[in-house]
Amino acid sequence: MDKVQDNRAWFLIIPVFLIVAFSAVIPLMTVVNYSVQEIFGPGQTFFVGTEWFEAVLKDERLHDALVRQIVYSLAVLAIEIPLGILIALGMPGGRSAKTSLTLVLLALPLLIPFNVVGTIWQIFGRGDIGLLGATFRAIGIDYNYTSNSAHAWVTVLVMDVWHWTSLVALLCYAGLQSIPPAFYQAAKIDGASKWAVFRYIQLPKMRGVLIIAVLLRFMDSFMIYTEPFVLTGGGPGNSTTFLSQYLTQMAVGQFDIGKAAAFSIVYFLIVLLFSFIFYTIITRTGEGEKK
Amino acid sequence: MATIQFDNLGHSYHPHPSKPEDYALRRLSQEWEDGKAYALLGPSGCGKSTLLNIISGLLVPSEGRVLFDGLDVTRCTPEERNIAQVFQFPVIYDTMTVYENLAFPLRNRKVPAADVDRRVRQVAEALDLTADLKKRAQRLTPDAKQKISMGRGLVRSDVAAILFDEPLTVIDPHTKWILRRKLRQIHEEYRLTMIYVTHDQVEALTFADKVAVMYEGAMVQLGTPQELFENPQHTFVGYFIGSPGINLMPCTLGNDHALVDGIAIPLPDRAVPTVGGKFELGIRPEFLELTRSGSAGAIPVQVTGVDDLGTSKLATVRLNSHMLKVRLSEEQEVPALDAAIRFPSRWTKLYRDSHLVG
Repeated sequence: MDKVQDNRAWFLIIPVFLIVAFSAVIPLMTVVNYSVQEIFGPGQTFFVGTEWFEAVLKDERLHDALVRQIVYSLAVLAIEIPLGILIALGMPGGRSAKTSLTLVLLALPLLIPFNVVGTIWQIFGRGDIGLLGATFRAIGIDYNYTSNSAHAWVTVLVMDVWHWTSLVALLCYAGLQSIPPAFYQAAKIDGASKWAVFRYIQLPKMRGVLIIAVLLRFMDSFMIYTEPFVLTGGGPGNSTTFLSQYLTQMAVGQFDIGKAAAFSIVYFLIVLLFSFIFYTIITRTGEGEKK
Repeated sequence: MATIQFDNLGHSYHPHPSKPEDYALRRLSQEWEDGKAYALLGPSGCGKSTLLNIISGLLVPSEGRVLFDGLDVTRCTPEERNIAQVFQFPVIYDTMTVYENLAFPLRNRKVPAADVDRRVRQVAEALDLTADLKKRAQRLTPDAKQKISMGRGLVRSDVAAILFDEPLTVIDPHTKWILRRKLRQIHEEYRLTMIYVTHDQVEALTFADKVAVMYEGAMVQLGTPQELFENPQHTFVGYFIGSPGINLMPCTLGNDHALVDGIAIPLPDRAVPTVGGKFELGIRPEFLELTRSGSAGAIPVQVTGVDDLGTSKLATVRLNSHMLKVRLSEEQEVPALDAAIRFPSRWTKLYRDSHLVG
């Protein structure tokens, strides 16, 4: 057949170009545009070069928020990934009422809107009417997430674990379900211990879903905003002010558009860098050697 | 290594089996000799995998007992029975090297490192895996992966039996042939009891000392390939073994002959039952003789087609309403008009309700 020489292919690609342009490229470039200008008002803009970036990199509060954010995300991963794997391993298999019930129960936290999660925990932790707060008070622990930064921190972390561990568990469960029964039978015949079955069959077969779980949980927790905002408002002090919240304060609260834009770009690059690192580590450990 | 005995063995996946059809494996009592290669042959759903899983201990039979060397192992795990099994699709440990894969069953059993090393190298040599020992198992071809699965079965020198569940399904035809010969060699060398499940008659007949043919949950015949060919105990064996299968014609019985469509086919010197059931006359295409009509004992037929298979010819002849296959040598002439066939008495089998009676 002869090749058709015309430009009709463009018509087929244009929709995608438009969607990507409006959803990603144009907003991102707007941010880049803002990040190199000082904006006093409509029409009053001045090019300032890399000044905003320098200001961002020197911002002490931002450094604190970044450290807090990294510690938080690593804690989230360190708790949710092993816990999710454990839950998945303990879940019933096959098509039974028990399986369905477990799946529905696990999915419940995932269906709750973020700000509702914050509200639930805000009430849950209150010393006067909340079950958790009142219980702590009853057994003599002075728990107060609004005044004690450690308590606030742990509460935000536990809230995240409560909200998102299910996602990891469900992903791992899907990974485990895809292992053919012959693998378990072969392991039995080879005399493998439970640990060996986990180490040499289940974990390697879950690698694919674990990459997704780690990346999703990292990116989400690194950009966490709504729940701590509702629960603690970033306090007490700045103890639970994470990057997103600081960014919002800067952009919306102080209307520091230029600095906030520079910050956004740095933020974006950090998320990208970490995701790349995690992806590479997990893929490499699986492959073991270079081809 | 062990002698394997089945004592009134039966299995049903129904909780309350009542009809024979409820059984995936119908009542079976048998003894399998130590150090022999057995094949379980039959179509899908005939119960061969059920029987294999009962032997390996992955499935506890609902009735009867399994004995290894006289010891009741019905409820023992595969590990307690000391069984090795190779599955249909390769099972390998992705993150291990080929060497580690092969060593895994031994290391789990705390075999000394020197012995592990010796056995692994021996098996790798036998399966042509030596060059790949240091490679990661995940990177290999499906053929090589299945070789590793087999190797993990063969590496244990003390196993009671090695079970193969259609292990060559994923292997390409040429390698299939090589691997089968390898297995055969390994069997001859180590005299391991091997049980091989397959639906491929060529595979079963070339691999095994004895072939157990299964049909609808029942073991219809256990015999050497020659016995299965020459003396099928059941019409299914006649049909399933051989290509094409046995010629079967419904018949009624006379004194010393069978009547097929009113044509008498002599069955001399045979005590045949005359009552009960549905009778069929069976003869393999290889044993039917094609001649010219007029010769002694020949029954006139009409030749409707001849297929040249390269090494032999296959003629299709019509005997009244029955189409029969006759295998001929390449040189043999096919009479065009006055063809006739002869039923050599020795190879003419009589079946009642599918079972051989004379």
